[in-house]
Amino acid sequence: MSRINSLAELEEFRKGILSKRDPNKPCITLCSGSACHASGSEEVAAIIEEELEKQGLSSSVDFRKTGCHGFCERGPIIVIHPEEICYLQIEPKDVPEIISQTIKEKKVIERLLYTDPGANEKIIHESEIPFYKYQERLVFGSNGNIDPKRIDDYLAIGGYSALAKVLFRMTSEEVLSEVKKSNLRGRGGGGFPAGSKWEGSRNALGEIKYVIVNADEGDPGAYMDRALLEGNPHSVLEGLTIGAYVIGSHEGYIYVRQEYPLAVENVNIAIKQAQEYGLLGKNILGSGFDFTVKVHQGAGAFVCGESTALMTALEGRAGEPRPKYVRSNVVGLWGRPSVLNNVETWANVPLIINNGADWFAQLGTENSKGTKIFSLVGKITNTGLVEVPMGMTLRDIIYKIGGGIPGGKRFKAVQTGGPSGGCIPEELLDLEVGFDELTKAGSMMGSGGMIVMDEDTCMVDVARYFLDFLTDESCGKCVPCREGMRQMLKILTNITHGKGKEDDIELLEELSETAGDASLCALGRTAPNPFLSTLRYFRDEYEAHIKEKRCPALSCKELIAYHIDPKKCQACMICLKKCPAEAIAGGKNRIHVIDQEKCTKCGTCFEVCPPRFGAVQKISGEPVPAPIPEEARTIIRESKQK
Amino acid sequence: MKAGSAMLSPEVKEQKWIRGKKQIRKATMVNERIDQIIDKHQGEASSLIQVLLEIQSENHWLPKEALERVSEKLHVPLTRIQHIATFYKAFSLVPKGRHEIHLCVGTACHVRGATRVLDTVQDLTGIKPGETDLDLKFSLQTVNCLGCCALGPVMDVNGKTHGKLAPSKIAEVLKNYE
Repeated sequence: MSRINSLAELEEFRKGILSKRDPNKPCITLCSGSACHASGSEEVAAIIEEELEKQGLSSSVDFRKTGCHGFCERGPIIVIHPEEICYLQIEPKDVPEIISQTIKEKKVIERLLYTDPGANEKIIHESEIPFYKYQERLVFGSNGNIDPKRIDDYLAIGGYSALAKVLFRMTSEEVLSEVKKSNLRGRGGGGFPAGSKWEGSRNALGEIKYVIVNADEGDPGAYMDRALLEGNPHSVLEGLTIGAYVIGSHEGYIYVRQEYPLAVENVNIAIKQAQEYGLLGKNILGSGFDFTVKVHQGAGAFVCGESTALMTALEGRAGEPRPKYVRSNVVGLWGRPSVLNNVETWANVPLIINNGADWFAQLGTENSKGTKIFSLVGKITNTGLVEVPMGMTLRDIIYKIGGGIPGGKRFKAVQTGGPSGGCIPEELLDLEVGFDELTKAGSMMGSGGMIVMDEDTCMVDVARYFLDFLTDESCGKCVPCREGMRQMLKILTNITHGKGKEDDIELLEELSETAGDASLCALGRTAPNPFLSTLRYFRDEYEAHIKEKRCPALSCKELIAYHIDPKKCQACMICLKKCPAEAIAGGKNRIHVIDQEKCTKCGTCFEVCPPRFGAVQKISGEPVPAPIPEEARTIIRESKQK
Repeated sequence: MKAGSAMLSPEVKEQKWIRGKKQIRKATMVNERIDQIIDKHQGEASSLIQVLLEIQSENHWLPKEALERVSEKLHVPLTRIQHIATFYKAFSLVPKGRHEIHLCVGTACHVRGATRVLDTVQDLTGIKPGETDLDLKFSLQTVNCLGCCALGPVMDVNGKTHGKLAPSKIAEVLKNYE
């Protein structure tokens, strides 16, 4: 393929791609994102290719391996175009039938469709499944339609038209004012207006400036940036190039975690293809604008998601943050003005340019515009990535899209904002999601992790979990963060072990205040949030742990015991055989009894006891009933008596 | 507990240790390969992390000799290399086992019981996170999100994902690795 040298040539080329594509030609798209990959999409892909060949359809049917579709709960997912028939949880053995029935005969296979649990109806089209129906998939929607390894797919859906518009029809001032007018705020955590950040760099002195993609997504339980970079890398590159044009930068970096090998691979392929087409490199599209991008792999440090630490890491040093007397958009990478935005922020830019700031600003709340991708995970029926307009309530996200809590359990809290965020309780479920709304509730938007917790989750343990994470990830440069968090973790661990003291809560509050005020970077400043928010809404749980040595959620290992109810035990031998500690005594027709001395509280017996018996119980805050005497353990079954 | 290296006899430990040593010697990288990696990055000191990552990914750990070679070629003091190699989680200064277990302890997996799964893995392998057993069979590491929260709790062994885990399923999974 030769370079594209002008706007006209780009449009000509795009027409060429589209003319070769028949919209009525059957096309099978298969989700190959990380979650579907883990549930076997690769095997499915191999069989599809083999089967198309076998049934002589290789040339008359297109097959595309796409990025993440979002509905990870039901992967691997297949969508058959143009009818948009959506099949879920595909196994290799389903493939021959799909091809012979659906592709050849145009018949829908009922058993592979989504069943609406409410109406008990089968749903054929992807967009009608409740999980998708209530979403607004502007940034994330293209993921399901393109092969991220083929730039032509991105061009076919109008890719790089925003870049062309910027280079040929707009001045950099106009682009900047459009981005500012859209009020696009950073999707990585802080929510700083992207336009102001860009303007600061644009006005800063110096010939050499940088633009950087922050793809060091480190929040545990959040993977939307990964899915975007894996599934639609060109949209991020296009946004980045537009940003570079605005601030006058000719060099960009993508800082991506080495834990995301597919993202690294796909973005490298994307850069190479864009260079071959003349969409990156020297004299882009013949406009005279030069811009190159390098990929830098992060070596595993959560703190490197912080802007100054990330830039230090890019320089080849240990990623420790520095004080921000001067912002990094003025003095950043190698002391030069550098704009750092998150993956999702960059991917929003082409949309704003193509559709205009007014279109973008009509979505969302007063101060939070556009959409946001959340990673809806934890104790939720429909785990996956969801993109919703800002301002949707948590209740709608969790119940309408997420399908509520599985197993008939009760909702307890939703954690947003990762380790810097907080837990939001049931009474605030009607809160609209937005940067300021979540901050007011004691949490934050963060990068978009949304972890749902049910009645079995202990909130003290959640606070301990995040403090443990942050203590491990603290770079150790400043004392309030390094030492303060270590002490907080110690106290919280003691509480969950039943060794909490009366004044622990006050001491934790004091430490939180110091860490919050005096830490060098946002990691330390926000570290007390998980504790403060859980204390604010779940103080009773802290008190139960400290005063009664009881875990209300029956989750803290040191505070619970497993017990077999002799009235319910049917001596089925399952728990006895599965117990890894050999702590269960009993036998055929002999009621089982747990030896509390040997029990490691792994919970296997609780898990394997058939629900119809429900004999294994967890108890906390009360003494374990004494084992029933040996002679009373024999079960005399009614059927045998007759 | 049924398994765990703590219960092995001294003779068995010795044998395992010798077997492990042999494997380490076999795995140590030669200088030419390290030079190739450095040249690929145009010998720039700023690419230090990228160079170390590449050595780590090929060799699975960073032997002292390799670090010395990098220090010499990139003109970076060894102390700075040590700082980096210990700061970032991707690097290991000790050899890794034949099978690398990455157990997800991200928030989604945590609320679904990853801690109990981790306890069981520790009991069965006899090693804690960050450790490798004596005969270099398993290395255990906890990670913060594998990106497949729908399958949580999740564990990845040599790149293969095992999802929807429970303490009772671990022995079955680990049995497959020799």
